[in-house]
Amino acid sequence: MSSNKHPRTETRRASQKRGANRSHSPVREAIESYFGHHRKVARDSVRRMLQVPVASLMTWTVMGVALALPVGLLLLLTSLQGVSAGWESAARVTVYLHDDVTEEDADRLRLDIATRADVQEVELIDKTSALAEFRASSGLSQALDYLAENPLPHTLLVTPEEGARNELGMQALVAALEDLRAVARVQVDLGWLQRLNAITELLGRGVWALAVLLAVAVILVIGNTIRLAIESRRDEILVAKLVGGTDAFVRRPFLYTGIWFGLGGGVVAFILLQLTLWWLTGPVERLAGLYRSNFSLTGLSFEGSLLLILGAVLLGWLGAWLAVKRHLDAIEPG
Amino acid sequence: MIEFEQVSKRYDDDHTALKQVNFHLGRGELAFLTGHSGAGKSTLLKLIMLMERPSAGRVIVGGQLLNKMPRRQVPYIRRHVGVVFQNHHLLFDRTVFDNVAMPLEVMGVPGRDIGRRVRASLDKVGLLSKEKMNPIQLSGGEQQRVGIARAVVNKPPVLLADEPTGNLDPQLSADIMHLFEQFSQVGVTVLIASHDIALITDMGRRTLTLDDGRLVSGSGRSVA
Repeated sequence: MSSNKHPRTETRRASQKRGANRSHSPVREAIESYFGHHRKVARDSVRRMLQVPVASLMTWTVMGVALALPVGLLLLLTSLQGVSAGWESAARVTVYLHDDVTEEDADRLRLDIATRADVQEVELIDKTSALAEFRASSGLSQALDYLAENPLPHTLLVTPEEGARNELGMQALVAALEDLRAVARVQVDLGWLQRLNAITELLGRGVWALAVLLAVAVILVIGNTIRLAIESRRDEILVAKLVGGTDAFVRRPFLYTGIWFGLGGGVVAFILLQLTLWWLTGPVERLAGLYRSNFSLTGLSFEGSLLLILGAVLLGWLGAWLAVKRHLDAIEPG
Repeated sequence: MIEFEQVSKRYDDDHTALKQVNFHLGRGELAFLTGHSGAGKSTLLKLIMLMERPSAGRVIVGGQLLNKMPRRQVPYIRRHVGVVFQNHHLLFDRTVFDNVAMPLEVMGVPGRDIGRRVRASLDKVGLLSKEKMNPIQLSGGEQQRVGIARAVVNKPPVLLADEPTGNLDPQLSADIMHLFEQFSQVGVTVLIASHDIALITDMGRRTLTLDDGRLVSGSGRSVA
């Protein structure tokens, strides 16, 4: 546990100072004794927790599961958003030109459009090759033979620049293309993109709502555990208050207990997530391979893991603080 | 050191525990507080250690008016008042040493000073050899003395004792009273609530007598 390491180095430093300079200023003495007490309480609360390993482990696991669930879903969502970004790159705008536009004009238009900042590439499909392709792919070649002339217009396939491959960029591009005189119709299938975005957003909100609910659950679980700890140490609290212990002094051990529960819960959540990821990665990649998708599960980054554990510690502290506020202040000698 | 001016204490249910109590205890004075049970002895002690607030009048300890003392100041006042309880309030989940060390820890005394001061205090009550024992292993008299060691370990100017000899035989009671005398000799103001009339008479000290909430004797200043 890294938090144990830090105070120990502090002690060593303090004792070195003591050796060098025996006359202590009262302020420094007070500060040293303050941190000394923190160390002692932190150690003591760990010891108490390890004295009942099964109960502590259960609390950690409850916290771990409650934290791993929303974080896991968030990770899944992030992975999905990666996929939708991949699909967006395939988005192309199909521009149908008027019937009377000549092939030279169409080619000039192609060059014009290609100079736009938000356009990566423009491909011209002239009406002859369009018909040939249609004939080949539709299986209607005999029916097409009856037509007097080619009913298909010249078509431009516009691939937007990467920066423009989002809803707003696409809308702007489409609007600009529609304004061109030679253009009869612009077709872009933004519908599926919008739907996917809407679904991801909805899922995102759902996950956040779940996360909030589970965070509240974690706070309540810790709060209840701390309440029991307070009850079991009632005599000690009474004596501490009788001999002049401040509220902060009396609260401290329970707040540390909350912090350790949070830390344990965060670590359990981290382990659960890593295990799940490890267990799912193989099958997910196989499935993605079958769909020719580059989809892969995103794991927790280093910062993410740190944030998870820090968040867990914060929740543990908060739960303890609420319990302490509610139950500890009620214990008064008299 | 302890001053009561026209102090009354009424509880919600119209029960009046103290009625216009006046007295003054000087530095180093040792006095007994006596009276039938329910006369208000405990209430009076609770007012001094801020477990209760007076309904009227002024309670002054060490020059501090306690009536309107904000809640957050209470711990700091209590550090100046050592208390010995009848049921001694010892914690059985730790050693004698750790029990006695509590007032010092609460005050944030540095660890190396705690050892020295706890041992000095235990030595004073003759229990230095038992510092590593659990209080539950000790006899009633020894437990009471651990309670006394804890009450005086931070050298409070005021020492209160609530029936400190309640469960002890006369010899042990005399020993404990002798301890209290020693503390008063070094300037500690000692107030002992007791109904052990024989013992009180033996000691020949100032005695505050409560009768149904009124102080009927001992209110005048004695020449200690």
